[in-house]
Amino acid sequence: MPQQTAGTPTYQQKTTSRRPAGTLYRGREGMWSWVLHRITGVAIFFFLLVHILDTALVRVSPEAYNAVIGQYQTPIMGLGETALVAAIVFHAFNGIRIILIDFWNAKYQKVMFYVVIGLWVVTMLAFVPRHLTNVFNH
Amino acid sequence: MTTATITPPAVPEAIESYTVTLMIRRFNPEVDAEPHWQDFDVELYATDRVLDALHKIKWEQDGTLSFRRSCAHGICGSDAMRINGRNRLACKTLIKDLDITKPVYVEAIKGLPLEKDLIVDMEPFFESFKAVQPFLVSQQAPKDGKERIQTVAQRERFDDTTKCILCAACTSSCPVFWTDGQYFGPAAIVNAHRFIFDSRDDNAAVRLDILNDEEGVWRCRTTFNCTEACPRGIQVTQAIAEVKQAMMRGKP
Repeated sequence: MPQQTAGTPTYQQKTTSRRPAGTLYRGREGMWSWVLHRITGVAIFFFLLVHILDTALVRVSPEAYNAVIGQYQTPIMGLGETALVAAIVFHAFNGIRIILIDFWNAKYQKVMFYVVIGLWVVTMLAFVPRHLTNVFNH
Repeated sequence: MTTATITPPAVPEAIESYTVTLMIRRFNPEVDAEPHWQDFDVELYATDRVLDALHKIKWEQDGTLSFRRSCAHGICGSDAMRINGRNRLACKTLIKDLDITKPVYVEAIKGLPLEKDLIVDMEPFFESFKAVQPFLVSQQAPKDGKERIQTVAQRERFDDTTKCILCAACTSSCPVFWTDGQYFGPAAIVNAHRFIFDSRDDNAAVRLDILNDEEGVWRCRTTFNCTEACPRGIQVTQAIAEVKQAMMRGKP
């Protein structure tokens, strides 16, 4: 190593960054598919919880049930339904991917992840325009 | 003749070196309450490794920098650390493979207790390793009293998982292990796999039973971080899937 470069590296004493936390682990397709699977799974769980509660309401009073279901017809809820379908479609396709990883072959997990994304896009392209026309025209 | 054939004296071409900024997550348990980032500028060649950068810092700039390394050639498994957010061996990560226009972030592996700078307490990791009985157990004496003979195909069955160097890059890349330190972790399962599928071994059932635990293979969520992190290229997630399948069959 030439002397002039070896001798004088710029030396900085305790230049502490303002970011004390560690960096985010930069996992690849597998990790992000798992993160999405977990988020969509928890979201679907909470939807089911609410769904069981609102359906159970019919036993309490049909009027209250109708009032609650009437709230679901608003455009905001329509957008929420889009998000719900998006979550379920991803969770379903990725679930098949995970089954294939466990019972078939782990080698193709990355390809399968992009297939899941592709199928998700195709399904959503078929669903979203039709659903949103219904939501905003009725 | 005298003028035409004069060649310039053979001066070796100067190899280009680069100033690389390393951001290292420092922690001194005697002084610091929290780890903090510290940056160092190091002059390096493209063919240098991150370990060389750490050496230059320790030897020329700040002797208090602490990290583990033994062989420095990718066999001992001492210098697993998180480099730019991914678990790598510092001795197998070349500067030319990193984006040196930005600082290179180096920090300790995640999920194990931080002791100092880049050093973590590996004891929980080795405890899991020990728990899967990572040694050959055979009830019968070898035929003709010498070797336990195995066909090429039988050896091939577990060849991938013999490569493990116990560096903990896989286990400490696992999101499940980060939040649940009781999980056996990929490395322990890889080393169980190595003996479960060994035709000479008779204790597969015991190991499968150990790993059929709440904190065993079923904790695996197939994130493939371990497979990406393994410096030996072991198909870790595939090995875990094979152990899961063996468990469902009830035999290897």
